[in-house]
Amino acid sequence: MSALRFTKDHEWIRQDGDTAVIGITDYAQSQLGDVVYVELPELGRRVEQGKEAAVVESAKAASEVYAPISGEVIAVNGAIVDDPAKVNADPMGEGWFLKLKLADARQLDALMDEAAYLKFVAEQG
Amino acid sequence: MTLTSAIDDSARLRRTPLHALHVERGARMVGFAGYEMPVQYPSGIIAEHLHTRAQAGLFDVSHMGQVRIVGAAADLALEALVPGDLRALAPGRMRYTLLLGDSGGILDDLMVTRVAGGLALVVNAARKDADLAHLQQRLDRDVVVEPQFERALLALQGPAAAAVLSRFAPGVERMVFMSAAETTLAGKPCFVTRSGYTGEDGFEMSLAPEDAVAVAERLLAEPEVAPIGLGARDTLRLEAGLCLYGHDIDETTNPVEAGLFWTIGKRRREEGGFPGAATILAGLATGPNRRRVGIRPEGRAPAREGTAITDPAGSPIGRVTSGGFGPSVGGPIAMGYVGAATANEGTVLDLVVRDVPRPARIVPLPFVATRYYRG
Repeated sequence: MSALRFTKDHEWIRQDGDTAVIGITDYAQSQLGDVVYVELPELGRRVEQGKEAAVVESAKAASEVYAPISGEVIAVNGAIVDDPAKVNADPMGEGWFLKLKLADARQLDALMDEAAYLKFVAEQG
Repeated sequence: MTLTSAIDDSARLRRTPLHALHVERGARMVGFAGYEMPVQYPSGIIAEHLHTRAQAGLFDVSHMGQVRIVGAAADLALEALVPGDLRALAPGRMRYTLLLGDSGGILDDLMVTRVAGGLALVVNAARKDADLAHLQQRLDRDVVVEPQFERALLALQGPAAAAVLSRFAPGVERMVFMSAAETTLAGKPCFVTRSGYTGEDGFEMSLAPEDAVAVAERLLAEPEVAPIGLGARDTLRLEAGLCLYGHDIDETTNPVEAGLFWTIGKRRREEGGFPGAATILAGLATGPNRRRVGIRPEGRAPAREGTAITDPAGSPIGRVTSGGFGPSVGGPIAMGYVGAATANEGTVLDLVVRDVPRPARIVPLPFVATRYYRG
């Protein structure tokens, strides 16, 4: 099965079986502005839910990207390292950050679905 | 990820006369030096930066402090507080100088122009209240200090600035860098100087608050002109190697280590008579302990303000005071202070970003050649 979930920290996670792809949301990229640098974790690193998994820097400032759930990094998107503007252009597609092998898929259940996330963003003003 | 929200307490922030114009044009407003200011418009910092270098950008810098010092001896009076040679300043000429504390630290950096009846000053927004108190307290009694904090200040910067502005005020294209004139723009009286904070040719225009919107709208209607926010203003000035007060210079830095010794006029070096003169001139003889330098990281990671600088063996040698991405450079750039022994161009060092040392090199400033109009 495949499911798209969101965090209150503006990451998205798309589950596909026991793996999941992670990125930042369109709202996040619009708030950051021009992305000029991305730092991705090494393959094989274990990331913990809610802890730093990657770094994204805009023209103004550096921000941490948190892991929506725990798991092992099995792929990273080198294309956004070479061309960080892809994160602005297509945050939910070509601008993905990394792929995890899930430690516990049940962690996904506590995250927001798209409707809940859009409502959450609207409430941010 | 962590996102900083726009404005926490907008009720307590002041607004410039152009506030509604910024909002109408979709600016993201942020708090800066007590003002609600546009950090960027929808096109974004990089596009705004590149537009300014290619054509012309219009900046609202009305948050900066405009002050007049009125009196026949205004130049002599202000020389007691700054190291610039103001007596040598011809009518209609402008100079960059420094308000110095008694031990030679920098209280603010400012522009001084000789105008009819005295001097016109432009000081930093975050310092203007402190500067005004300092001037009122310390200046000789026979001059009058007149704050004009309500006045608007617009900057038009970029290679097309002169062509654009001359459509409204013919003759401004012949003004040289660091000169001033009284003129009329779109029917509004305007005090214009050929100066700026981007490294580009350009002008700054002081206007009555009620005239600012009309002038800004007329300039923005020209095809070469786009509105530019504080985000691009910062990347432009960093590429131009210009100091940002409170970051690259402050009360703990002196003009010699900051690379601003050139602001101390020859006569002033010989005569002294400015705050901290003994310390500064003595320090000049022995050389500063540290120096402000340009730094170019080898990789792509920006090194932000506060980043530790070490030598290749890992020993601390300094700290980054301004750093980020330079859109015209196409990569990260930084300024900072390092020990004088390690401040030579070409010196290899490490920038410790997120606990990882990353190689970088000392390079000459500016990062992008300046294009001031000198006639």
